[in-house]
Amino acid sequence: MDYVLNLILIIIVAIFVNNVVLAQFLGICPFLGVSKKVDTASGMGMAVTAVLVVATIVTYLIQVYVLNAFGLEYLQTIAFILVIAALVQMIEIILKKTMPALYQALGVFLPLITTNCCILGVAILVIQKDYDLLEGVVYALSTGIGFLLAMVLFAGLREQLDLADVPKAFRGVPIALVTAGLLAMAFMGFSGVDGGLKILFGL
Amino acid sequence: MKKLKSSLTNMLVVLTVITIVAAGVLASVNAVTAPQIEKINAENLAAGIKAVMGSDDITVSEPVHVGDYTVYDISDNQGNQLGKAVVTTENGFGGPLKVLVGFNTNGDILGYTVLEHQETPGLGAKAGEWFQKDGKGNIIGMNPGKNNFTVSKDGGEVDAITASTITSRAFLRAIHNAYTKVIAGGDVVSGATQQASAVDGESGATQQASAVDGESGATQQASAADMGTPEVIE
Amino acid sequence: MNNFKVLVNGIIKENPTFVLLLGMCPTLGTTSSAINGMSMGLATMCVLILSNLIIASIKKLIPDAVRIPSYIVVIASLVTVLQMVIKAYAPDIDKSLGLFIPLIVVNCIILGRAEAFAAKNGPVASIFDGIGIGLGFTIALTCLGAVRELLGTGAIFGVTLWGENYGMLMFVLAPGAFLALGYLIVLFNKITKKA
Repeated sequence: MDYVLNLILIIIVAIFVNNVVLAQFLGICPFLGVSKKVDTASGMGMAVTAVLVVATIVTYLIQVYVLNAFGLEYLQTIAFILVIAALVQMIEIILKKTMPALYQALGVFLPLITTNCCILGVAILVIQKDYDLLEGVVYALSTGIGFLLAMVLFAGLREQLDLADVPKAFRGVPIALVTAGLLAMAFMGFSGVDGGLKILFGL
Repeated sequence: MKKLKSSLTNMLVVLTVITIVAAGVLASVNAVTAPQIEKINAENLAAGIKAVMGSDDITVSEPVHVGDYTVYDISDNQGNQLGKAVVTTENGFGGPLKVLVGFNTNGDILGYTVLEHQETPGLGAKAGEWFQKDGKGNIIGMNPGKNNFTVSKDGGEVDAITASTITSRAFLRAIHNAYTKVIAGGDVVSGATQQASAVDGESGATQQASAVDGESGATQQASAADMGTPEVIE
Repeated sequence: MNNFKVLVNGIIKENPTFVLLLGMCPTLGTTSSAINGMSMGLATMCVLILSNLIIASIKKLIPDAVRIPSYIVVIASLVTVLQMVIKAYAPDIDKSLGLFIPLIVVNCIILGRAEAFAAKNGPVASIFDGIGIGLGFTIALTCLGAVRELLGTGAIFGVTLWGENYGMLMFVLAPGAFLALGYLIVLFNKITKKA
């Protein structure tokens, strides 16, 4: 029971309290780069979520059964990034062959994901936080959902911004950053919720 | 020299060579830095223990693990028992908050140092100085069993870090837990005589019990405050 | 282009933070104080100079099709070496930058410069490009860190000016990072007369 409550806590914390983009500053490039339209933003968000989950499983197994087993922990960064790069390529090929419709929707985002730091960041964090495999997967999935949520909210705001009369010097990225700042402020309202839930759950 | 063609052999050979060279370089750098990292960690711990016990002439025992706590028995160079240094961890605002705290044989706090934290810079991260002797929330010399070891907001005797109530509560809880589990719990035999007298004495025991009750009350209170009060930034 | 021009180009015309908008994660994540921003900038600069040098020297030996994986291996090894050296000799920096050191690997600035400059130019010019872009990044991060630290805690490089009681804590926290960077870019645009 405690274990399940713990998982719920991980989910809530990863989506709202420590939102990957707005509180941890991971995956900012796609957050600013492909957030002009809600469709593309949600496509990117889903692609990232899918890769996050698969990459976390694979890197976790590699960490436990290869790196830890042979005392090669210092190869972590290099092994993880290669695995992620190869994995993204593989997902791209498989999607293309088996699910052309989904590939149409997500395909263009896949190559960009290799250099999305939230994938490598989450893979390393799962190891650092000493999660087991299930906790790691749940954490990765909820981080992806948090990313998707931030992307969609932000893209919605930016679509509205296009209609606004923005001072010349602020047009483009600066006003987007200010908007992101306000969104981050809104998410700060969730801080401390984890502490309360922990007591509520009796953990 | 012409650029190599992208034939399969070329690609495989190049990638393999690069990877082997990279792994070789990493292995050799690791061989140089790993002992240094270990040495630094050991030195930091030794320096930390000296700082929290407030003395340079000490002998540190091998670490004993009591539950989640790592305990070092400290004696001076003549072999007299000085107290214990305990490594204790509690969930702070941003993540685990790991504190090394030194107790004398009565359970009074001699000193502390924050080993690891992920608290907000400029806010909770100030825990390293705030609770020291010249800090605003001085806890040095207090005894978690006798003093009301919670933040003033919860009715306790310690001033919390401004705008960082959660970090402050976590910090105090870490030390309080170390006290109840390790020092007062008597799991570790040494230094038990003096302590036993304090616990045996009826007044001592009541005080302690009331303090513990107070704490659980405070936690409940804390939960309400965490969710309800808007002025709590952290 | 002579080497000096390459250098200045990296600091102003192609400033990675204010103009190219690359490497945003460490830019926002590590600039809660001026000194943190500067450490991150310098760490990235080290990796960038070395990766530019190595890639420019071995580019002819690498077939085009495996170019990106080879670059990634080179960059990841450099980052790991840096990570180990920092852990061993500057543990305080390791504590304050944390996760963002291994994440230098996926900093688009480094792979971007490898692809856009080092793969087309000689080793010496590539070193200058690395220094220029690296300095541009370091200056940007230091500025951002200084602004956030000053507004948030009333201190700069740890030297108290008017004390934290008059600081706006928001700027040390996450939202302040976005806001401060947005306004700094506006300022940069104004100064370089782009707007």
